[in-house]
Amino acid sequence: MNLSALLRAAAWLQQDGDYFFPVEASTNAGEVDRIYYFIFWVSAVSFALIVGATIYFAIKYRRTKVGMNPEDSPHHSTSIEIVWSVIPTLFMIVMFKWGFDDYVDRRTPPGDAYQVNVHSQKWSWSYSYDEGPETGMGWLGGEGEGLVVPVNVPIKLRIDSADVLHSFSVPAFRIKMDAVPGRYTYAWFEATKVGEYPVFCTEYCGTRHSRMLSKVQVLSQEDFDAWMKAQGNLADLPPVEAGQKLFQRKCASCHNMDGTKLIGPALNGLYGKEESLVGGAKVTVDDNYIRDSILEPSAQIVEGYPDAMTPFAGQLSEDEISWLITYIKSVK
Amino acid sequence: MTPSTNTLERTNYLNATKGFMSWFWTIDHKRLGLMYMWSVIAAFILGGFFALKIRMTLMPGAVDFANQTAEQMNAYNNAFTVHGAVMIFLVIIPSIPAALGNFVVPIMLGAKDVAFPRLNRFSYHLWIIGALLFTGTFFIGNLDTGWTFYPPYSTGSTDNTVILATLGAFILGFSSIFTGLNFIVTIHKMRPANMTWFRMPLFLWAIYATAVIQILATPVIGISLLLLLVEKTMSIGIFNPELGGDPVFFQHLFWFYSHPAVYIMILPGMGVMSELFATFSRKPIFGYKSIAMSSLAIALFSFIVWGHHMFLSGQSQLMSVIFSALTFSVAVPSAIKVFNWIATMYKGSVAFTTPMIYGMSIIWLFGIGGLTGLFLATLGTDVQFHDTYFVVAHFHYVMVGSALFGFIGGIYYWWPKMYGRMADNAMTKLAWLLAFIGFNLTFLPQFVGGSRGMPRRYAGYGTEAGYDSFNYWSTIGAMILAVGLTMALGTLIYSMFRGRKAPSNPWGGVTLEWQTPTPPPEHNFEIDAFPVGDPYDMNLCEYKGEEEGFLPVNPRADDPCVADVAIDPVYFEPESENAPA
Repeated sequence: MNLSALLRAAAWLQQDGDYFFPVEASTNAGEVDRIYYFIFWVSAVSFALIVGATIYFAIKYRRTKVGMNPEDSPHHSTSIEIVWSVIPTLFMIVMFKWGFDDYVDRRTPPGDAYQVNVHSQKWSWSYSYDEGPETGMGWLGGEGEGLVVPVNVPIKLRIDSADVLHSFSVPAFRIKMDAVPGRYTYAWFEATKVGEYPVFCTEYCGTRHSRMLSKVQVLSQEDFDAWMKAQGNLADLPPVEAGQKLFQRKCASCHNMDGTKLIGPALNGLYGKEESLVGGAKVTVDDNYIRDSILEPSAQIVEGYPDAMTPFAGQLSEDEISWLITYIKSVK
Repeated sequence: MTPSTNTLERTNYLNATKGFMSWFWTIDHKRLGLMYMWSVIAAFILGGFFALKIRMTLMPGAVDFANQTAEQMNAYNNAFTVHGAVMIFLVIIPSIPAALGNFVVPIMLGAKDVAFPRLNRFSYHLWIIGALLFTGTFFIGNLDTGWTFYPPYSTGSTDNTVILATLGAFILGFSSIFTGLNFIVTIHKMRPANMTWFRMPLFLWAIYATAVIQILATPVIGISLLLLLVEKTMSIGIFNPELGGDPVFFQHLFWFYSHPAVYIMILPGMGVMSELFATFSRKPIFGYKSIAMSSLAIALFSFIVWGHHMFLSGQSQLMSVIFSALTFSVAVPSAIKVFNWIATMYKGSVAFTTPMIYGMSIIWLFGIGGLTGLFLATLGTDVQFHDTYFVVAHFHYVMVGSALFGFIGGIYYWWPKMYGRMADNAMTKLAWLLAFIGFNLTFLPQFVGGSRGMPRRYAGYGTEAGYDSFNYWSTIGAMILAVGLTMALGTLIYSMFRGRKAPSNPWGGVTLEWQTPTPPPEHNFEIDAFPVGDPYDMNLCEYKGEEEGFLPVNPRADDPCVADVAIDPVYFEPESENAPA
């Protein structure tokens, strides 16, 4: 934990509006919080009443002499029982209706919403835009851009998963939606405050579930347009740089380039080295080995590492694979 | 001096036969009840160990977030999986029904045993096999699916410990089904002639409602786990989309059992509560029929609310809306029970005994557990709280705060009947106080962490995420809770050897288990049949001092609890105006 990260954390907390919730950073957040406080106060009063009555009765009618029998009192009252069944029911009807209205709003993106595609896999998020750019994970204070969106524009998220269940959660926007392999799910929000907000995976997905973090960067419309313009095309970059960008997006959550082990092996200085595989075989790292390991990782598992990688077959183009190989070769 | 109705120095069910096999191969429901109880306690210690491991990993500063290794994360993922699976399948589901239910139900009915004693023994042996399969996972790999076993992670990604664990859960399911079946038949067929349905103690109503859920819901988890095994071992696509399956389908099947299972856990605790509030207020329970009927209502509604676990799973919006509405319907009968317990204390004579203190504290705990359920039933707020620590705190308040505290309260309540000795003193109350404070300190901060978005099942949170203070207090609370519960166990073990000898009816209950000597003889009663009236007419017995406890006001000539003390004529002052009708 370095100082700058701490300062960032403090800055983030300072944005926070109240005790129970992070900052309200979307058009929906205020409504969710209002429903919350309605239920909260109804519950708080009910709780005070039942606990208060329990304590009051326990003290007032406490047994002062062992074996003391109380005087007779009613042990049944239809009218009281009807009252205390009907009143909670009425409150619950209000809760249901209010929560229902909000939910239907949450599930129905406005027709003019700007769509971003959210891709999940063990253990990273990436985001792709119809205009072309694709961005990687990012975390508060860390590298990576995360999901970049303009403020005050409805954003529709189309969420998919390449392997197991994940769930896309942005507490500051009060949104969350499961990513289900084999189908698309949707969520939408309209950010109201420029800033950075954390993204969590909230459906358990294995070893690095707790590191499947990301962030949303909310920019002003001008900044967003400028950002989009600057994105350019990976194909216009030198292959090594294109490979590096791609690596940050797709690979860096499990592979380091500094010699340390994450989930998978570090990939620096790997090219030309001999690796021992599970099952005893040896292999020399060349272009074909890297290519196979990206597309069909389970076929050749390096000794000492789990068979945990999601195959990238179908996710990467031939050009992209080639850039990655160039980049991996370049790092000694 | 031994109280005259205490049989510790005579023949009773504990000393009638001796040796390991006389216990392990017994068909006596009382012995099976005790063995379940100690087995469940042993499993609880195992699950508790993993709970502490979770809390220690999450203590801020304990693990370096930036450099946490894959091995450390896997160990954490294993810890929360084993904690959840052990606590649910091995502890809470069998706790009250199998342990206390086995001990109490037949005696409450004035019967010699359950309807199928051999089936009862078989259930217990299945529990042991299930428990062994679960512990077997420690030796072959790293079980890390979470207790929910969600595919495609469980079938496509993780190691083969899933096979052992689901097989274990499958077998435990049968243990649960057989116990439920036994109780249903026992309650239907073995009630004394004049114990009508509405003269049954409410504990029996609760066990009956629980048993209905057990036999109707548990087969569904059985078949789902089998399908999971088929997919895992034979790669037949059922849930994994890669093989053409549907992962959401598993969630439907899983929660079709696992939501009713929540009521398998909590309903028996509610039954214990009804007994405690009546006995220790020395008053008939308030609203007997509405408590009895609300147990059945809860059992019924529990089957049609499973979809509230899946609001964000990708199920249709219409389904989510319907499930939200139905979920609120469970809240009403639960609330009615709480109001009835409180009303029972009104103008009563409330005794602050250890079991009653557990009972009263459950009003607090279940109050929080139940009311926070409203936020999760409401669609708008559930989206924010789903899969966060808000949910974790909510279900711990229900399952630990209410079901487990109910179990402990029930153990203290029936303890004198089990072992013939009292466990009700300053130490038992101090243990409760520590557990109560520790529990609240552990889980109250988690609600706030959760509403701020803190996700579940995370092996660590960077300081940036802002959740350190919640984790800090939670861990401190968990340690206090562990001390309190260990102390509670200590008081029980101490009482087994050194506790004051108990009379047959130390608390003044009028249900039938208090009308046989303590501990009971091998076949429960020394006389054949009882006149059964109102199970909560407290005027049927009266206090005769610490040695004798409570005795019937109008004893039968052959009542063994009275026979020993009948020499003293002062116990037979005519009080016929209080006689049962």
